[in-house]
Amino acid sequence: MATPAPIARRVRGLSDRAIAWAFIAPAITLLLAINIFPLLWAIYLSFTNYRANRPNAAVEGVGLRNYERVLTDPEIWQAMQTTAHFVFWTIVLQTVIGFALAYLIDRKFRGHAFWTTIILIPMMLSPAVVGNFWRFLYEPQIGLFAYAASMVTGIPTSEIRMLGDVSLAPWAIIIVDTWMWTPYVMLICLAGLRSIPDYIYEAAEVDRASAWRQFWSITVPMALPFIMLAVLFRGIENFKMFDMVTLLTGGGPGSVTEVASITLKRAAFESWATGRASAFAIILFVAVFGLANIYVKALNKVKQR
Amino acid sequence: MSSANTAHSVVAPSDTSKRVAGTIVIVYALITLIPLVWIFLTSIKSPPDSISYPPKIVFTPTLEGYCNLFTTRTRQTPDYIAALPEPTSTCDEVTRKRNMVIAGPSNFLPRFVNSLVIAFGSTFLAVFLGTLAAYGFSRFKVPLADDLLFFILSTRMMPPIAVAIPIYLMYRELGLSDTALGMILLYTAVNVSLAVWLLKGFIDEIPREYEEAAMIDGYTRLQAFRKVVLPQATTGIAATAIFCLIFAWNEYAFAALLTSGQAQTAPPFIPTIIGEGGQDWPAVAAGTTIFLVPILVFTILLRKQLLRGITFGAVRK
Repeated sequence: MATPAPIARRVRGLSDRAIAWAFIAPAITLLLAINIFPLLWAIYLSFTNYRANRPNAAVEGVGLRNYERVLTDPEIWQAMQTTAHFVFWTIVLQTVIGFALAYLIDRKFRGHAFWTTIILIPMMLSPAVVGNFWRFLYEPQIGLFAYAASMVTGIPTSEIRMLGDVSLAPWAIIIVDTWMWTPYVMLICLAGLRSIPDYIYEAAEVDRASAWRQFWSITVPMALPFIMLAVLFRGIENFKMFDMVTLLTGGGPGSVTEVASITLKRAAFESWATGRASAFAIILFVAVFGLANIYVKALNKVKQR
Repeated sequence: MSSANTAHSVVAPSDTSKRVAGTIVIVYALITLIPLVWIFLTSIKSPPDSISYPPKIVFTPTLEGYCNLFTTRTRQTPDYIAALPEPTSTCDEVTRKRNMVIAGPSNFLPRFVNSLVIAFGSTFLAVFLGTLAAYGFSRFKVPLADDLLFFILSTRMMPPIAVAIPIYLMYRELGLSDTALGMILLYTAVNVSLAVWLLKGFIDEIPREYEEAAMIDGYTRLQAFRKVVLPQATTGIAATAIFCLIFAWNEYAFAALLTSGQAQTAPPFIPTIIGEGGQDWPAVAAGTTIFLVPILVFTILLRKQLLRGITFGAVRK
């Protein structure tokens, strides 16, 4: 590969180094202005008693008191538990159903490409707009979901109050999330299954390994990095869940579906406790940042395949 | 798909297993489509049909939902309506049957236009900045490249509400609250990370030799980028643009917190469509249908690139 001498290049135009920076700098600048500067501001605010609805009041430093209050607030721990329950069940359901679907699609039946595209549709849609419509499907008397559930279980529709019942509401949001995002896990698992070379199965066949044995010793371990990738990403996304839950239940009934982002939104934009909300935001951000770090490592691992 | 019948490999699935797998997958696909079909059906039902029990599958379709979506209406006495001149449109007719007259346009159209302006504006900017940065990362030795790339991706992972608190304050100071420009900048920042990651993958796949050959022929680096790399990366750029477009189109959290009137987009608006006595479900369904159709089209166009898009370019097959 012939690389022109540096001097020759400079004569004909900008140096590569200058071009590299000129190309990268605008994107980085934008991110610094819209993401990092506000983040630093939030860190500063988290140590103050600032309230956004009283911009002219004197701002005082309160040290670590906001963090102390957030970490000892039972409501916030309750919200974290609600979030954990939501994240755990959505991941379990989406992984099991998503992997099973991917496995079936990998049988390459006739028309599998078409049906795969159909299955992928829900994940591309707006969680807010579609979540809002699910409220209608969940309506006890007139909703299609309640009607179908009542046909299957025999329980009268008026008693299937998916969004109004304390024990059903968490599952109502889990169902919608699973409906939307199982395709995501399916698609990544499918890539994992397709990355396993045929000759490994052929060798196993020669060794007379049973189908069951092949599944657990070849299919699952070899697809595992891909499954992990999907799980991590869904974990991060659902840890931040806001839009769909806001529109489906708004955190109710009571606060049984109040996930962390909704608590944060209430503290910041309803109680206007900006300082305390910032402290909570920073704590959530650190948690997501840690997860993102693991996620990128997983990404790079998959990339090498 | 020409390799479907290549060999009688011992590992090829049997016909029975294919048939069983196909049946289960198709049943699953059909079930997941029900909510979407129901959105469309509700949009062409009359309000009484939409809330009947049991849910109606057979009904007379009407455009009432679409009429209600685009208009505001006031109730009038039958005498008043009888005295009016002949209705000039289907919507006039439908509305008068409910003892109402059309009072004016609703806010749906301006909100929909806001969605278009903000989604396209931010997509254009994000893809423009992203293409440049991706080329920079792909072709040059950038110090701390891995750290910068991680930094870029991590900004997308931030919880939106956590970001919204300081953005809200910053925009208030700068006068960007509830402006299309403010939303465009914000969505550009969120999308640029995806654009850089995706496009870096696409540009990495274009052999460097092409540019080097062009440069030997007398092109400068910038000319080579414009005339050799960009045309080669068209598919990648288009796919990236669609992903950015879909994100900006669907986004709700920032839009709900940072816009209230002027710059409000469709997602926070649609759930607020109410009729007499609660949510006007046919109108909501009509708005939802109009809002979702572009995404359906894009999903089908993008189907081959979806995997790449949702994994930030890491998984390519």
